[in-house]
Amino acid sequence: MKTVIVVGNGMVGYKFCEKFVAKVDQGSFKLIVFGEEPRVAYDRVHLSEYFENGDAERLSMAPREWYQENNIELFTNERVTDIHRNSKTITTLSEKTFNYDYLVLATGSSPFVPQINGVDKDGVFVYRTIEDLEQTLAYAEKIKRTVQKPKAAILGGGLLGLEAAKAVMDMGLEPHVVEFAPKLMPRQLDTRSSKVLQVKLESMGINIHLSKATNQILGNGHVIGMEFGEDDVLNVDMLVISAGIRPRDELGKSCGLKMGTRGGIVVDNKMRTSDPNIFAIGEIALYNQMIYGLVAPGYEMAGVAVDQIIGLEATTMAAEIDMSTKLKLIGVDVASFGTPFMPAEKGHSIIFENKTESLYKRINVSHDGKRLLGGILVGDAKDYNMLLQMYLNEMPLPKNPENLILGSRSGEDVSFGSAMDLPDTAVVCSCEAVSKGQICCSVKEDGHESLKAIAKATKATTGCGGCKPMVDDLVKETLKSLGKVVKESVCEHFEYSRQELYDIVKLMKIEDYDSLLDEVGKGHGCEVCKPAVASIFASIYNETANRQETIQDTNDRFLANIQRNGTYSVVPRVAAGEITPKQLLAIGRIAQKYDLYTKITGGQRIDMFGAQLHELPLIWEELIAEGFETGQAYGKSLRTVKSCVGSTWCRYGMDESVTFAIDIENRYKGIRSPHKIKGGVSGCIRECAEARNKDFGFIAVEGGWNVYICGNGGANPQHAQLLAEKVDKITATKYVDRFLMYYIQTAPPLTRTAAWLDKLDGGIDYVKDVVINDCLGIADQLDKEMQHLVDTYKCEWKEAVENPEIRARYSHFVNAEEADDSIEFVSLREQKMPKAWV
Amino acid sequence: MISNLNTYEVVESENVSIWFKAAAVVKFPKNGGACVKYKDKQIAVFNFTREGTWYACQNLCPHKMEMVLSRGMIGEDQGVPKVACPLHKNSFSLKTGKHLNGDLDRIATYPVKIEDGFVYIGFSE
Repeated sequence: MKTVIVVGNGMVGYKFCEKFVAKVDQGSFKLIVFGEEPRVAYDRVHLSEYFENGDAERLSMAPREWYQENNIELFTNERVTDIHRNSKTITTLSEKTFNYDYLVLATGSSPFVPQINGVDKDGVFVYRTIEDLEQTLAYAEKIKRTVQKPKAAILGGGLLGLEAAKAVMDMGLEPHVVEFAPKLMPRQLDTRSSKVLQVKLESMGINIHLSKATNQILGNGHVIGMEFGEDDVLNVDMLVISAGIRPRDELGKSCGLKMGTRGGIVVDNKMRTSDPNIFAIGEIALYNQMIYGLVAPGYEMAGVAVDQIIGLEATTMAAEIDMSTKLKLIGVDVASFGTPFMPAEKGHSIIFENKTESLYKRINVSHDGKRLLGGILVGDAKDYNMLLQMYLNEMPLPKNPENLILGSRSGEDVSFGSAMDLPDTAVVCSCEAVSKGQICCSVKEDGHESLKAIAKATKATTGCGGCKPMVDDLVKETLKSLGKVVKESVCEHFEYSRQELYDIVKLMKIEDYDSLLDEVGKGHGCEVCKPAVASIFASIYNETANRQETIQDTNDRFLANIQRNGTYSVVPRVAAGEITPKQLLAIGRIAQKYDLYTKITGGQRIDMFGAQLHELPLIWEELIAEGFETGQAYGKSLRTVKSCVGSTWCRYGMDESVTFAIDIENRYKGIRSPHKIKGGVSGCIRECAEARNKDFGFIAVEGGWNVYICGNGGANPQHAQLLAEKVDKITATKYVDRFLMYYIQTAPPLTRTAAWLDKLDGGIDYVKDVVINDCLGIADQLDKEMQHLVDTYKCEWKEAVENPEIRARYSHFVNAEEADDSIEFVSLREQKMPKAWV
Repeated sequence: MISNLNTYEVVESENVSIWFKAAAVVKFPKNGGACVKYKDKQIAVFNFTREGTWYACQNLCPHKMEMVLSRGMIGEDQGVPKVACPLHKNSFSLKTGKHLNGDLDRIATYPVKIEDGFVYIGFSE
């Protein structure tokens, strides 16, 4: 049995192990891995996430048990100090000796610390390992206690430097990025895109200092500032250096391998060093006289080394390595591909810049206009995948290449075409090097017909995940080309879309979940199909969540919103936000009695937090006695109809927005839908009720109401679109009735109206056709169905409080009266909050 | 609260020394769960009516250490019976306690038996 020793347990070292065990039969090789850090390999690319969640485990590439399960002998905290090439052995710091047949060096790099006077002072850190971060964090905590508004500088405005700036900001320090070059990310961005990024970052509170050469670091013992020129000083309390990397190539040097003049171990296209039994991969490998500091080439090198060792000698490294990257920097998309900066003699550039929106797009096109040579995207990189593929595969450009970054104007054909136009060799997932051909073949020949199955079989999308939309398209398009219908099935238990299930329930008059599963489903259901079907029952029969409580999401099951510590919040309906002083006093009294944290919600009502399960019926009994009813804040249902004060009080008001909003909220209250629905009514075009970012909105104008639909805030804010202009209240209500009913019947589960409209063939014009022109001939029926829902409304909390059987559900223990004693609160601004998560 | 986690250890049916009489069968919802108190432990008990089986596991979700699993929806993933935590939808096998959609720690499971209309949970101490 041959022995392979891997020195270094970073991302690339881990990837070598992963690829190795996938290809080699257990027992034919012995694999031993040494890591200098105390932890097993973790994802350095996402290091700043450690600050967001403090969870080092989550960053790890694989748990320690994974190495055991795969018979890999792993030594962490164990540095390899010498390689003895003659005896083919290595020794470690603790003076252990091991034999190898093949040695793989994957020692990575260390941060480059420039020789600046004072760089050894306290408070100067580098940004590379979790330990670096922990030390930085500890120091930050210390200075936050002693200094008011502490500042931290980051030396280096490259990719890692900006990540570090984000980390420093998350620590609560004022970040200052200091860069030697006249622009940020000098390797990836041109001057103008860099400026766009800079303006955006500054608006987020990151200070940026360009063209600064640091002369010395000031301070007596610990850092207090940086000196650039004679009178140019920046006072800071901490400094993080992120000025590039240096390969950790000392092992190679000391055992006499061929080295590059500026460091790095020279390798050929088989990843072999000058000693045929020793390989070098990742950031120590000098290939084509270059060190590659990106993860994708490192992974590719790992794959080549694996194949070479197991005898698949045809696998070699590509002659040219693509350095294209796309990343989200502090929430801003940044991407560059191909030749991002291009001299004018090679081609010309098409540039779109919009500083107010922080957008910059540049593509470089050959002189004959036929080929894409490279480009830069800042602010919006959703077209990156397609552009990269066009560049990599030298695909012909459309007639008007500017459409690639501007989108089609004047109704021309969409410029991109489909992912199916790519050649089979096109690498779609660069992290795992999976080509379009492999994906399509896996769909066609191995029957992997979903994104999940493809990810499992090919590993595509399991790296950075950026290629997910494209892989999804490929799977769907391939299925289509095979004549298979692409099913948007709800889950593994129902091979139907939500819309199909809706029709089945209605036609077969099925009334409970188990019957539906027995009739048209399989297995025993899950947390995806249960609430989806519950929502369908609610929409057809208007049954409350109380009848089939175990197919509801926890919020619906207990008619309250579960919060961080397993307690619930309570929200009574306050239609349109209109509330009497008497009602306010009642809420205040009840909240005080049960010691609840209270807050005004975004929907103009009052949320009471921190109620334990057994308290919910008691609280509701009192609220109902005061005339309140449930606000359905827990449901995928109508939440609120927000209103401005309207013509009743406002000197600009065109109509009574509050009255209309109250009527509408009472009309649609209790109606459950594929996702939550929010409404708004504004009394004039100043739009104080923000009706245009709601699922439906009415705005009073001269001569009637304008009706808007399908807007939302949330993760992807979208403005509502105009459905009808200057109509009276009755007509406006009728249109929204039909629109909501149509949406409820046709949308996939958990899809807001805006996302539903995006996918609807024909878009808003089609909705107008259905709702206003009745092109499907279903308007009457939609009207009737909506009226049924309106007429059969009942307050489900009243039902729960009055029915002893339902009420009995509100007990934490089934065998004891007492409350859950594990719930702990701490105080917050004279109220309370859940104790922090451990 | 981490120490909580260590108080839950798998009990196999051959190691049961105490059958704890928890509550009447009718007190548990069909195809759903409820929480049982045993000493200082909280145990989620599920009446998987569709399978005709009962399951018990710790009520504590190992993700954020909240006592909520009994309020989760149950179901099945390719034949494996499971519970989905109501907070973040982490699913755990009701048979083995294994985390099915991630790498969280296994949860502890306990044997259940039904006698004379009562639910009993098996403990080793």
